[in-house]
Amino acid sequence: MKKKLLALALALTMALGLTACGGGNDTSAADDGGSDTTVSTGTAFKIGVIGPLTGGAAIYGTCVANSAQIAVDEINALGGDIQFELLPAADDVNDAETSVNAYNSLMDKGMQILVGTVTTQPALSVVPLTYDDRVFTLTPSASGDDVIENNDNVFQICFTDSNQGSRSAQYINEHFPDAKIGIIYKNDEQYSIGIRDNFKAEADARGMDIVYEGTFAEANQTDFNVQLTAAQSAGADLLFLPIYYTPASAILTQANALGYKPTFFGVDGMDGILTADNFDASLAEGVYLLTPFSADAEDEMTQNFVTKYQEAYGGTPNQFGADAYDAIYTLYQAIQAAGVTADMATEDICDALIEVMPTISVTGLTSAGSEMTWDANGAVSKDPTAVIIENGTYVTP
Amino acid sequence: MEFLSYLITGISLGSIYAIIALGYTMVYGIAKMLNFAHGDVIMVGAYVSFYVTMFAGSNLLGDDPSTLASGIVALVSVLLAMAVCTVLGVVIEGLAYRPLRQAGSLAVLITAIGVSYFLQNAAQLLFGANPKNFTPIVSGQLTLFGGQLRISYVALLTIAACVVIMLGLTTFTGKSRMGKAMRACSEDRGAAQLMGINVNATISMTFAIGSALAAVAGVLLCSYSPVLQPTTGSMPGIKAFTAAVFGGIGSIPGAFLGGLLLGIIEALAQAYISTQLSNTILFAVLIVVLLVKPSGLLGKYVPEKV
Amino acid sequence: MKSYFKNMKTITKADYATYLGVILAFIVVSICQSQGLVSRSLGGMLVPICCYVCMSVSLNLTVGVLGELSLGHAGFMSVGAFSGIITAMSLQSAVPNDLVRMVIALVAGAFFAAIVGFIVGIPVLRLRGDYLAIVTLAFGEIIKDLINCLLVGWDENGLHIALNVDGTKSMSSLGLSENGIEIIKGAQGATGNARIATFTMGFVLIMITLVVVLNLVRSRTGRAVMAIRDNRIAAESVGINVTKYKLIAFVTSASLAGAAGALFGLNYSNVTAAQFDFNTSILVLVYVVLGGLGSIWGSIIATVVLYVLPEALRQFSDYRMLVYAIVLILVMLATNNPQVRALISRIIPRRKGAAIDE
Repeated sequence: MKKKLLALALALTMALGLTACGGGNDTSAADDGGSDTTVSTGTAFKIGVIGPLTGGAAIYGTCVANSAQIAVDEINALGGDIQFELLPAADDVNDAETSVNAYNSLMDKGMQILVGTVTTQPALSVVPLTYDDRVFTLTPSASGDDVIENNDNVFQICFTDSNQGSRSAQYINEHFPDAKIGIIYKNDEQYSIGIRDNFKAEADARGMDIVYEGTFAEANQTDFNVQLTAAQSAGADLLFLPIYYTPASAILTQANALGYKPTFFGVDGMDGILTADNFDASLAEGVYLLTPFSADAEDEMTQNFVTKYQEAYGGTPNQFGADAYDAIYTLYQAIQAAGVTADMATEDICDALIEVMPTISVTGLTSAGSEMTWDANGAVSKDPTAVIIENGTYVTP
Repeated sequence: MEFLSYLITGISLGSIYAIIALGYTMVYGIAKMLNFAHGDVIMVGAYVSFYVTMFAGSNLLGDDPSTLASGIVALVSVLLAMAVCTVLGVVIEGLAYRPLRQAGSLAVLITAIGVSYFLQNAAQLLFGANPKNFTPIVSGQLTLFGGQLRISYVALLTIAACVVIMLGLTTFTGKSRMGKAMRACSEDRGAAQLMGINVNATISMTFAIGSALAAVAGVLLCSYSPVLQPTTGSMPGIKAFTAAVFGGIGSIPGAFLGGLLLGIIEALAQAYISTQLSNTILFAVLIVVLLVKPSGLLGKYVPEKV
Repeated sequence: MKSYFKNMKTITKADYATYLGVILAFIVVSICQSQGLVSRSLGGMLVPICCYVCMSVSLNLTVGVLGELSLGHAGFMSVGAFSGIITAMSLQSAVPNDLVRMVIALVAGAFFAAIVGFIVGIPVLRLRGDYLAIVTLAFGEIIKDLINCLLVGWDENGLHIALNVDGTKSMSSLGLSENGIEIIKGAQGATGNARIATFTMGFVLIMITLVVVLNLVRSRTGRAVMAIRDNRIAAESVGINVTKYKLIAFVTSASLAGAAGALFGLNYSNVTAAQFDFNTSILVLVYVVLGGLGSIWGSIIATVVLYVLPEALRQFSDYRMLVYAIVLILVMLATNNPQVRALISRIIPRRKGAAIDE
């Protein structure tokens, strides 16, 4: 009896001890985590990033974490009063439950500002917590409308889904007035559903002809033979794909194998398709997409970012990374405008930043030369540009 | 005509499930364990083939390779993938499963899940999380009825490969010495050992064959649906496991039949009922079949000894 | 008092030790929390840990005590979570007290999961071995897919429910009135839930689970269930109604998982059906097997350690899940190694009947 109790107690203390020492090590890791940042003592804002670093969506999270690091290093190298310390990015595996754990572990490390989360579903779990804790939150790429709704402390760098959906419908209606439209979307992802719902609403309002709608889910997002055959026999000559580029690349490949050649129209998630590993870029010829960022753009800012990224991490950054880079610079400008300092309380920083966000305008990688501004609700306003892929690059039609 | 093309989609998908299910069923029949890591061996095979093709494409082949040259590269990549997976399968068996030969089946199941996690995460560290676009080993399509029906060569190749493998395996287990040893082990391991059969070697051999098949399945799977990432194998793995049970686990023709039926049901359900509920329909059919025939379509009914 | 303990059966002592251990752990953690000694990340994990403890204890009833491998336990958790959320959200205006609403939601979660458990159990329990396992897996996936299609809203006219089978329906097809609440939005899950779950409630739920499971196991019913596990034919031959006892164990296990799911659902402002997939079922199964089949306190400890482990491994960043996998394999190899087993039994001498399955 006693022994059993003892064993139980021992095991519990061990379990607790494990977390305690886990926490302890984390803080020391945080201290040397931003090793290449020149932190002037005590005055650096502690910024946290939450995103999927492992699992199926890892490509987005790792790109955001890397790009944020580049921006932070650039700003710190300026040597101004405003210094950033980027806490080691916290992994949420694109899972709502883990993202809450990730958020709590960042709070333990003294995070003052959150750049995250990367994806929408985890954001819906984390954002109510940042609202309660009054942590200023700037999400690079969680585009769901619900992410910013009712949360005054949350701002987006990316377009909201509703914005993209209606803009796409508008564009298609103006440029392809007689199109028979097919839609293939992912029915277990907020991003895809959100865009599709708004696209459909706008398309119906404009009397556009939607002849086919097909769905897929995470579990079968690599096989589209059935949907493509159905779209083809329904006579769809324009296929609207409000999805990310990974399934889109499968759709392009399989449509080609089936000999089906409609006009493909994507949204910002389609960006990255040209740089997808080993993707036959000739299949993407003639694909339209609405995108705020292109890694091929000639301007100095983009070139600088892409070169630095390739040097440091290899590979080409995607739009998520560009959003994260812009998020850090937006923070920088907002902090300048608000005049807050790193030694202020987190909630004071938050309130001051909420105050200035609607007043600033930022030129960034993802604003296509124009300026980004925000409304008080947290949604960004910037111009999405429709581009067409020709000879392996984006061309404005 | 539409129906026919859905059916062919289903059959070629089903052929892939069948090849994977063969691996599951053989291992189950002989080692009496559910090898949950089997799906991840598929993924490893696909990665090996992917890198071999990439390497050959950038170093050995010119800008405009002849059909023969790319065909040889494809064949070599498949063979190398099979070799790597065979070694991997035998190593996994020797390191993780053999020490648990006497332990309960659940312990082995959990270890297999651990191996599955390990392979997925190791693949992510080695190959990166970025999905790769797999170049199909054959391209183009067959056009019939004046363009009304198009069948991709990949689908034809998949179906052919499945039939060949199925026939080969049946002959192997029926005729060869090793095959007979396998059947003996699956019937009664203890008695087989008494007859002088090296049980450990036989089980290793089973893993080797199953893993080599997984490599083939991986290449075909990624030729069929071209996105390759560390989690590529897990869902087809689960479906193939379902297929193996559907056909009667332990039975080679059962795995073949179960895989084909599963693929066809999935494709037709997606096309005519609902893409959302295609898995639901597939699993519902499975449940009904198991209620009518509790040991699967072609499974043996083993009476309980009292 | 002393003689009372002395005369107690060893099994009863072990049960009391389990209760006492859980109570002690709760008190220690609560004190630490009030003193600010618990880090936020640990504090945030307390409620999910409680949920998973209930999950693994209830799964142990199916796998360890009943002896049937279930790969779809997360399905019941899912049913519990969503029915709990629907209940809690619908009653928001009618029952302003959070605690009362939470209790009602937990009861609702347990109730609906029990119903689903009954529906699933009738066909499933006719099967045996791996066939049973695959059918539970199938049911888990079916539950996930169905909830993925489910649209639920609430307004003053009551609940509005629609099944979005062909992908053409959206929340607007529910026809909610202006002040209606959108509760479940199909695959996007339930968003904007009130987070009313508390650690104390989690503790109470664990205690209830323990009382239910331990009393069931020690009762006449429990002995019948274990007899079925050990030898079904022998049990049948002495007149035990196999189907009935199997169903009792299975439905109890499902309803406890439902209650745990309801608590889990009320702890997050966003819950999706995809969270309760095959992998979650496997996760809980790993807790049960590592804790020891049939050993209740083993399940509890394994759950706590294994839930905390991936979080504690955060410092390994990219290698986190790889390390987790290796730990899992090594633990399985070590605990099944005859030499290690002999060593353990020398350190902790086992009494006969100390744990349920030995």
